[in-house]
This record gives sequence, structure tokens and C-alpha cells, in this order.
Amino acid sequence: MTHWITIPVILPAMLATFIVLVLRHQLPLQRVFSLAGTVLLVIAAAFLFARAAAGDIALYQLGHWAAPFGIVLVADRLATLFVLLTAVLALFVLLYAIGSGWDARGRHFHALFQFQIMGVMGAFLTGDAFNLFVFFEVLLIASYGLMIHSGGARRFRVGVQYVVFNLLGSTLFLFALGTLYAEMGTLNMADLAERIGALPAERTAGIRVASVLLIMVFALKAAILPLHFWLPAAYATAPAPVAALFAIMTKVGAYSIIRFYTLVFPPDLPVTAGLFGTWLLPAALVTVALGMIGVLAARELGRLVAYAVIGSMGMLMASLAVFTPAGISAALYYAIHSTLATAALFLLVDIVRERRGKPGVGLSESPPIAGGALVAGMFFAAAIAMTGLPPLSGFLGKLMILEATLSDPRAWWVWAVILASSLVAVVGFARAGSAVFWKCHAAPSDSDTVVNSEEARGAHERHQPPGRRPALPAVAVGGLLAMLVALTVGAGPVQRHLAATTAQLFDPAPYIATVLETPGRQIPGKEDKTAAKPGASTYSEEAH
Amino acid sequence: MELLLASAIGVLTAAGIYLVLRLRTFPVIIGTSLLTYAVNVFLFASGRLVVNEPPILRDTATSYTDPLPQALVLTAIVISFGMTAVVVMVALAAYLSSEDDHVNDQPAGLAAAENDAKGKAGP
Repeated sequence: MTHWITIPVILPAMLATFIVLVLRHQLPLQRVFSLAGTVLLVIAAAFLFARAAAGDIALYQLGHWAAPFGIVLVADRLATLFVLLTAVLALFVLLYAIGSGWDARGRHFHALFQFQIMGVMGAFLTGDAFNLFVFFEVLLIASYGLMIHSGGARRFRVGVQYVVFNLLGSTLFLFALGTLYAEMGTLNMADLAERIGALPAERTAGIRVASVLLIMVFALKAAILPLHFWLPAAYATAPAPVAALFAIMTKVGAYSIIRFYTLVFPPDLPVTAGLFGTWLLPAALVTVALGMIGVLAARELGRLVAYAVIGSMGMLMASLAVFTPAGISAALYYAIHSTLATAALFLLVDIVRERRGKPGVGLSESPPIAGGALVAGMFFAAAIAMTGLPPLSGFLGKLMILEATLSDPRAWWVWAVILASSLVAVVGFARAGSAVFWKCHAAPSDSDTVVNSEEARGAHERHQPPGRRPALPAVAVGGLLAMLVALTVGAGPVQRHLAATTAQLFDPAPYIATVLETPGRQIPGKEDKTAAKPGASTYSEEAH
Repeated sequence: MELLLASAIGVLTAAGIYLVLRLRTFPVIIGTSLLTYAVNVFLFASGRLVVNEPPILRDTATSYTDPLPQALVLTAIVISFGMTAVVVMVALAAYLSSEDDHVNDQPAGLAAAENDAKGKAGP
């Protein structure tokens, strides 16, 4: 039964290698296998989610080695929540990629896609800090391939920036892990939590450095203000399904912050006290402001959505930085919402780009697009969700964040920034929507434009012959929007589950006990020592 | 030995950061490689500096060197090697497709002006 936990990691890994090795030249079969695998992944993720929702913490010991020495996968409420979110997102994104033909515009899309999912799933499920690094690298190296999928000079150039930025992030992550290991002599998260709790106050210098380095690494992934430079260009330039899948990548950073700073460095630990209030909260608020200014200043839809992602990550982090149970469950709700909303928006931008042809997605006037009413309606719904207007889930998420931050002494700042930036976002999206969908009838019809639109139609027909405009892309976007509606309607049960998730996070003792006290294989000849272990004192003797 | 190792890590990191801050892809890639060397040596040292001891824990062994950092370094080396290969390929593709190896986004006019200036300054 415990083997179920490995499915979200093993299944995409096997599928990706199978696609690369056997189905390399058969795109239809690749599509079938990739889609079938993702559907199975959703089922497995739902099963894990349902099991964790009952409150058990499932553990998988790799090679059956006992915890501090072996690597473990742990499926608790937080991990399974994100696993399910990733699986659902991947399903819709894959439907879009197949429907729009993006997967045929370069090689190995499906294999890279599955490797990316494997990395994301592994990062959520692992219970070992170094293993987290390895899964980060797996998801990054797959994302490099996806980022430059189908090529183009602009995409390669942005790809270089993206790869270099993330290489530096990985180096920083390794420095943080090295410091952590040098201080504590372990990299298992539960073991780290136990040892850091027992650390004498005068020996915490290295741990402080490690905790700050780690939060920098995760803030880089989550695109918090001074470390956000990689995001706008990368997301706006990446192929649309890839950008939509990347919506979960910033959440990996947020997840890691939640995991590390509730388990390894719990909020009442004096060593890291003040890290969130002093540094993360102001950074998050400035991120919100910057994201929304970017939304207002963007001159094309892709960058507009990319800046909206930065704003929403800032919002999420502001709620997280308060570090109360209410703050974290609001942040989790907002994370689910913003993942689905950004994915829907990126896919919509691509539909607009396809149908407009030559004018691209610049906020300029152009001839009306085919099927404009449906696309405009979906853009309207997604923009409402993203900017946090009622009635969709963005509004509820923002309401929860405002409510959660009320008790904080800096609530004035948080409220002022969030409310003002929401207004700015509404203005930005309204301007973009009216420029793209509304003013299209006002396009001048002199000969010049006619030629342009003819050319545009020519370029457009190369991708999709007229009369064969597939419905699948619209279905994928509609599915994401339906998930947003479901998240709004089911807000009560979702919030109760998230409150239970947060309660589990703030009581890490069962997690630590499950990881460290589950019996497994021991190092031969060491049974007597490890059998007598439960106190933390033997650990620190061993380490130094 | 501590001084030697610490200064090696420091010099590698400093040189790496300096090179990464250059704006052409070649120095940036060399810089990231230097940084990964620095971090590999750092990881190696995180298990304490021990000379001439086996990395194996046995009941008969009186002293040993920590084997775990060696495993971590091995993983890190493999990953950084792969990543460097990827970044070289992507950078080559970027250079060949746009005839420009700047890492940053440059306004089109500026890049042209700079190339002109280089052409005049050159032999």
C-alpha cells in the first residue's frame, strides 16, 4: 500500500523514458500515452489526497532504509494538496498542448512535459532536503527544454537568461545545504527539525546563515521582489502550454517555504524569529505593488499576465509572512486559485495570438478575431478571477488574506497595498481587454491593413487550416475556469480542509514521529545504537 | 589546510561572481562553472576536513571521514555538468540565431552602436 506514494514520481518518469525511447517518431501515440498517463496521475493523486485528508501521514522508505540514513517520501495533507493541484493542472495543459498543436512544433514535448511533472511531484513529496534539491534540478532541466520548445531567436535569448539565473539559484541552494549539513550532520527534514530544536543558543550562527540562504533560494523560485527578474520575460516568451505549466513552479518555491519554515525552522524557534516579519512581509508587499505596476505598464498580453503572476505571488507571500494558521490557510487557498487562474490566462493569451495572426498580442487595435465572443468571455472571467473581483475565487482568496492579516500589527500596510493594487490590476486588465477585444471593430480599413491581415491569415493558416479550428483548446481553458468556479462554490469544504492542513503543519510532532520512528533496515552492526536512539542527545554526539 | 581550502572556495566564488556579472555568454558560463566548483569544494568540506582516513564506518575503525558529503558532491558534480552542457547549447543556439551573445536585453540600436564602436576600435 505504501508504494502508492511513489506513483506520482515513478509514473511520469517511466512514461517519459518510454516516449523518448520507443515512440520518438510517433506523435499520435505519444499523445495517447502522455494523456493516459496524466489521467492515471490525476486518479493516483486523488487517491493519495483522499487518504491524507483522513489525517494519516504516509511514509515511503526508499530501499526500505530507516529514516535518518535512508531517503523518504512523505505524503501529508500539504504535499498531497499540491500533488493533486499539479496533476489537475497538467491534465488541462496537456489537453491544450495537444489541441493547439504546440506539441508538434518541436521535438520531445511530451517526454519533457512528463519529466517536468516528475520533478514537481518529487519536490512536493520528498522528506529529505538534498532530495528536494535533486528534484528541483529535475524540474528545472526539463523546464529549460520546454522553455525553448519550438525555438526562435527571442526564445533562445530569454532561455539563456532563464537557465543562468536558475543555475545561480541552484548554486545558492547547494551552499545552503552544505551549511546545513556542516552544522547539523543530517539532511532529513524531520531529523533536522529535531536536532535544531535541541541546539544550544550559542551555536546557532551557521544555522542562521543556512536559514537565510534557504529562504533566498525559495524566494528566487517564488519570484519575490529582488529576485523576480527571470520571470516576466521567461513566462511571456515560453510557449503557452509551458507558461501555463510554469504556474505551478512558483508555487514550488512557496511550498518549500511553508514546509521548511513550519517543520525545520518552526515559527517559535528563536533562531529564525523575525525573518518573516522583518524581511519577507515588506518584500512581499513591494512585490505586489511592482506586479500591479507591471500589469498597468505592459504593452502586450503575455507580459501583462506574467506581471500578474508576480503580483499574485507577492499576495501569497504577504499572507504567508504573517505566519499564523489563518494566514497560511489563506495563502494555500490563494495558491490553488492563482495557479488555475494564471494557467487559464496564459492559454487564453495564446488563443488570442493564434487567432489575431500578425498583430500578435500587443495591446493595439486589430481586425476582429474569429470566435471573439467566446474568447472575450473567457478572458473576462479569468481576468475577474485574477484581479480578485467577486464572484470568483480570487475575491474569496483576497478576502481570506485580508481577514488573516487583520491581527498583525502591520495590517494597515498590508490592507493598503492589497486594496490599492487590486484597483490598479482591475484598471490594467480592463484596459487590455478593451484594447484587444472591444476596439477591434474600430481598426482602420485602409489598404495597408488589408494587406497585413491577408498576410496574417496566411501565417495563421500554416498552423490551422480554416474550418478545422479545434475545440480542444477552448475545452481546456473552459475546464480550468470550471475548476475556478468549483473552487468558489466549494470554498467552505476547501477551506475546512486547508484549516486541517495548516493544523497538521503547526503540529509537526506526528510528522517527525512517522518519519523517524517507522522501523526499516538499519546499518548492519549498528542496530544496538540506533535502537536506543529516541533522545536527540545521541545525535549531536554522533555529529560532532 | 583550513586556510588553503577556505581561500580556494573564497577565490573561486569571487571570480565566479565577477564573471557572472559580465554581459557576454562566454564569461557568464565560465563564471557559473567556477561557482559550481566552489560549491563542490564547500560541500566536500561540510563533512569536516580529515586526511588519510577511510570513508567507511566500521566497528574496528578508530576514525573515519564522513562519506555522505562525498555522495552529495558526486550528485552535485553530475547535475552541474549536465546543466553546464545545457546552458552551452542554449547559449550557442541564441548566438547562432541572433548573431549576438549578450546575456541582457539590449535595445536594438544600442547593440548596433556598440558593434560599430568595436569595429572602429579594432585593427
